[in-house]
Amino acid sequence: MKLSREEVVHIATLARLGMSEADIEKAREQLSNILENFEVLKEVDTTNVPPTAQAINLQNVMRDDVPSPSLPVEDIMANAPDQEENLFKLRAVLDLD
Amino acid sequence: MSLTNNLHELTIHEAHDLLKAKKVSSVELTQACLDYVKQVEPKVRAIVTVTEEAALQQAQDADSRIAQGKASPLTGIPTLIKDNMCTKGIRTTCSSKMLENFIPPYNATVIEKLNNAGMVLVGKANMDEYAMGSSTENSAFFTTHNPWDLARVPGGSSGGSAAGVAAEEALYSLGSDTGGSIRQPAGFCNVTGMKPTYGRVSRYGLVAFASSLDQIGPLTQDALDCALVMNVISGYDPRDSTSVPEPVPDYTKGLTHNLKGMKLGVPKEYFVEGMQAGVDSTVRAAIKQLEELGAKVEWGVSLPHTKYALPVYYIIAPSEASANLARYDGSKYGFSYKDTDNMWEGMEKTKQFGFGPEVKRRIMLGTYALSAGYYDAYYLKAQKVRTLIRREFDTAFEKYDALVTPTSPTVPFKIGEKADNPLQMYLSDFCTLPINIAGVPAISIPAGFVDGLPVGMQIIGKPFSEPTIFKISYAYQQVTDWHKQRPKV
Repeated sequence: MKLSREEVVHIATLARLGMSEADIEKAREQLSNILENFEVLKEVDTTNVPPTAQAINLQNVMRDDVPSPSLPVEDIMANAPDQEENLFKLRAVLDLD
Repeated sequence: MSLTNNLHELTIHEAHDLLKAKKVSSVELTQACLDYVKQVEPKVRAIVTVTEEAALQQAQDADSRIAQGKASPLTGIPTLIKDNMCTKGIRTTCSSKMLENFIPPYNATVIEKLNNAGMVLVGKANMDEYAMGSSTENSAFFTTHNPWDLARVPGGSSGGSAAGVAAEEALYSLGSDTGGSIRQPAGFCNVTGMKPTYGRVSRYGLVAFASSLDQIGPLTQDALDCALVMNVISGYDPRDSTSVPEPVPDYTKGLTHNLKGMKLGVPKEYFVEGMQAGVDSTVRAAIKQLEELGAKVEWGVSLPHTKYALPVYYIIAPSEASANLARYDGSKYGFSYKDTDNMWEGMEKTKQFGFGPEVKRRIMLGTYALSAGYYDAYYLKAQKVRTLIRREFDTAFEKYDALVTPTSPTVPFKIGEKADNPLQMYLSDFCTLPINIAGVPAISIPAGFVDGLPVGMQIIGKPFSEPTIFKISYAYQQVTDWHKQRPKV
């Protein structure tokens, strides 16, 4: 049940995780190994068992929609890799040529 | 004991008594820790960023507070904070190249609480990168060494927090625990470490790894100190939507010298095949000690789904991590790959060069488990088995006040021994993983040594039963002195 190169590349693309050829080959080995060990879950009978997303019983935790002070904008921009006029500067998303 | 030379050896409660009585000042205590840090850090390497100036300033502030009679137990006490909790203005790296130069613009809630109590920050503790690991070998900067044997790992991912306390570089530390990351290193380093009930301590400002599993907790020299820290860091926080509005009791109340009336269960599945023989016998001896303290112990309790905790965890945790780490794309903070005009390449290379191999491995696992076609087989299935694991604990706690197990199947292993085998590494969390999956609280306390290496005993309780866990731990520590042993670094 070894993952194919295409599968690994597909996952890496979904995660937007860059990989070298060597990384891809190593991932094929290690992921397949790990996933094989998880086949054991198939033997557990989970008929009529609901999934647990949270260990606690809180639901729909809300707060009133009342504005309150946030962090100063200079503090938020302090770690920005690239910025202009208090805006995060990014590469073009759309290719408009 | 020469008072001015060995202040770093004190427990929180001992130091507090001396501070209140004005026999020692926080500045003296802090300076003693900072001096000791300089002495042992070249060997232990527990700290990513030492905050010497800030520490001495905080110590002065603490001394003013003490002079005004406004001291609380943690006032003026030096601490280490795992480097995945945001400390405003102080570099917070998660021991990753991705956040190597990240300076948080805010404090985590636990940091705010500790500041209000007058804490003294000695430094940010080393960890496995993004809290992913069981040995601190995954730190992108350097490995921390176990103070009991420098050739061995301190455990992980809160290795720096555990080693730093064991090596007396600070009087306590905070760690985080997603699959055992407080308890396992506590066991490996001969300190006391607690993972509270999920939702007991706010996660606001804790860099998220797996949101349904992460919890912050204390690492200390003994159970009383642990209770003192829990008193401060626990409590409802409206900024954390998974924070439970459960009142915080005084965890130092109700500590006794005997355990009469207490019913303890020992689940046999935790004495796993392949477990180190010395660890097995050491923990059994410790449990017999609990019997001698008056507890009724039932051996051979069965929690049959225990073995599924490992695959359940290694599906759920990476899945949640793949979502939580998607934000590190170089746009708002952290490392940002510059050498391209292409948006996708910018993101991909930011992650390729910013994340280490274990982080990438888990992102890949999680992305796969959540992807179309595999979600049902892996993630959904894991969440259903999670329900079964939780139900087993609930049933056990109808009969027992607490469950007692080993913290880890082995003593601390050698640095490099498991680094190339991810599955072997994952097995070292066998005894701790089920606890996070169920969301229940647990502590690891020192229970003995095998060939000079520490062995931890784990005590597990039902949700919000930290008082029971402290009762058992405190009583055990009145009749044993494992927790008083200190390594010669």
